[in-house]
Amino acid sequence: MPIKTPAVPFQGTAEQENKLLTVIGEYKEREGSLLRILQEAQEIYGYLPIEVQRLISEELNIPLEKIYGVTTFYSQFSLNPKGKYRISVCLGTACYVKGSGEVFEKLQDKLGIKGGEITSDGKFSLDDCRCIGACGLAPVLTINEDVYGRLTGGELDEILAKYN
Amino acid sequence: MVNIKIDGVAVQVEEGTTILEAARQNGIRIPTLCYLKELNEIGACRICVVEIKGGRSLFAACVYPISKMDEGREIFTHSKAVIESRRTTLQLLLSTHNQNCLSCDRSGTCEFQALCKDLGVTDSYKYLGEIRDQTYDTSSCSVVRDNSKCINCRRCVAACSVNQSVGVIGANNRGFKTEIGCAFDMDLAQSACVSCGQCIAVCPTGALTEKDDTDKVWAALADPTKTVVVQAAPSVRASLGEAFGFPIGTPVEGKLATSLRMLGFNAVFDTNFGADLTIMEEATELLDRVTNGGVLPMVTSCSPGWIRFAEAYYPDLLPHLSSCKSPQQMQGAVIKTYWANKTGVDPKNIVSVSVMPCTAKKFEIGRLDQSAAGKDLPDLDISITTRELAKMIHKAGIRFADLNDSVFDSPMGNGTGAAVIFGATGGVMEAALRTAVWKLTGQSPDSPVQFTEVRGVDGVKFAEYKVGDLTVKVAVASGLANARKLLDKVRAKELDVQFIEIMACPGGCVNGGGQVIQPADVRNFTDLRAERAKALYSLDSANKLRKSHDNPEVLQAYSEFLGGAPGSHKAHEILHTTYRPSKVIK
Repeated sequence: MPIKTPAVPFQGTAEQENKLLTVIGEYKEREGSLLRILQEAQEIYGYLPIEVQRLISEELNIPLEKIYGVTTFYSQFSLNPKGKYRISVCLGTACYVKGSGEVFEKLQDKLGIKGGEITSDGKFSLDDCRCIGACGLAPVLTINEDVYGRLTGGELDEILAKYN
Repeated sequence: MVNIKIDGVAVQVEEGTTILEAARQNGIRIPTLCYLKELNEIGACRICVVEIKGGRSLFAACVYPISKMDEGREIFTHSKAVIESRRTTLQLLLSTHNQNCLSCDRSGTCEFQALCKDLGVTDSYKYLGEIRDQTYDTSSCSVVRDNSKCINCRRCVAACSVNQSVGVIGANNRGFKTEIGCAFDMDLAQSACVSCGQCIAVCPTGALTEKDDTDKVWAALADPTKTVVVQAAPSVRASLGEAFGFPIGTPVEGKLATSLRMLGFNAVFDTNFGADLTIMEEATELLDRVTNGGVLPMVTSCSPGWIRFAEAYYPDLLPHLSSCKSPQQMQGAVIKTYWANKTGVDPKNIVSVSVMPCTAKKFEIGRLDQSAAGKDLPDLDISITTRELAKMIHKAGIRFADLNDSVFDSPMGNGTGAAVIFGATGGVMEAALRTAVWKLTGQSPDSPVQFTEVRGVDGVKFAEYKVGDLTVKVAVASGLANARKLLDKVRAKELDVQFIEIMACPGGCVNGGGQVIQPADVRNFTDLRAERAKALYSLDSANKLRKSHDNPEVLQAYSEFLGGAPGSHKAHEILHTTYRPSKVIK
């Protein structure tokens, strides 16, 4: 299997790397600081691609696989960057029973990506989330700060067309 | 001491003993699955659960240390609740398990299968549901990973990270999607896997197996145009018998030679010859480095897992590695040159096979700079493990236990006691010292043979010997995590020794990743390394020849072909190799 990489190439800057190295330097000697470093790294880069994980692995002398295991265990970590427009479909109980699962699947098909991934043009990323407190509008999705409710699935093309 | 009752019997156990051990000491076998003593003590699989009177739930016996608090407690190891719980656990594991058991490599030696039988799992499809995504990775030339048979016990992960400090496989994702794999789902071949096969040796199921090369051997044996020769490593004779019902540590040298001949090999050689040759070259190289200011400490180079590790993790220390090929490769090189010459067989028509306790040898045969007979004529063509040989013997219907003993073929059929101990950690060091000390002290036949300080299963060993005016300081490590301890010191220039032996597998080749698999139930209570090493040391002391330089066939090879003496130009051409840093993803 080829190494899993996001559809959008890594565009880390020297500035980001220096920031990360400073963070690592700060926590390096403290035991059990991997999680903290990963959180900070995600703050810096927005996600944790192989380039970033390898840097952390080398600096901390921890096998890459161990770091990968941690980043795939916790849902707070993302291996993919977020798109210009971040789509988030609520899969909380109320939305789910109203059919948000199908909406989520339709979006995966339309965008040609899976949950957690990003389209190759960097425009859309797709995630699921739990209750956002708009159960009265179920099923609900958000795109950046915009909220769309009472979805049937038929309006998705129209919604996506608004974003360029 | 704490007084408890196990299954109604009053017993006294030392504080800190686990319930599992306490039961064992009193004749009760509590089944386990994920537990490996001192390696994987995570209490995760819940197979070893027991009932404690008054306890609210069942307890994992493998990680429950008995303390003063348990005084007077009653433990039940096979109550109805216990058995039902174990059976349900097995059935849940079966719900995502590839039950293609009849064609599985581990059929008959699978711990999961044995547990299902022992606990009376009559309905193996009781719980049906979603099947996980299941990786099947055949990218490595040594190890095959089939996650459809994986039960996520993490024994392999522990072997890889704790014993070997390599850690290229681990648990990825979470919950139902948890899967053992490499970082970013890369193939094993892309990772820094050193091919040691320790993961296979501890896998309870068929999820990890060696890349089976026996078909290639059968095809060669069936080809009348080929001369198929075989060599068997020292350690194979210390473990092969286990596949045919012999107790662990039974040396089966004579039956090994007979069985290879019965399989149809045209010539049956002993890698002990190659081991003696290695000592001749390596001892010469060491003395040369010591007297001429070469790079010290010198490190042995017999273990291909170790070489791969060095090239990935310690590229800066490669000049410390002996340039000697491994015994397998030396012998392979000599077969396609010296022996081919001697017998008039065209090396192009030779298929050279080795039987090794090792999965990394499959990788080694494809290394660069290992083809003494010329381009496209690799020193070795096929390398199979002890397990694969056992399979071939079974397939051929050879009743191994009934075989008569025979000897290996000349001119590569004789090894000294020094060669046979190569298979145990410290063995190469001891063998090298026998020859080096002999050389340094006037070449007397009475020079010492015993260097017992370097024997034993300790992960790191040090010794110091006074040889004439010289003090020889040596270190030995087995298991790559232990090797790291020495190498970090070498890197920091804090280790004052001249010679280091490193074996990738804990305990050396006797515990290699290609040896007959012993279930955890045996591994947890028997030291395989020590038992198998005993077989080799018994062969050593029974041998009239104890030092490599006394091997008449080796001396003959030098005078007829290898430039007269160890370290000659010709010997360098045929028997030495080179290393290069690797850029694998660690």
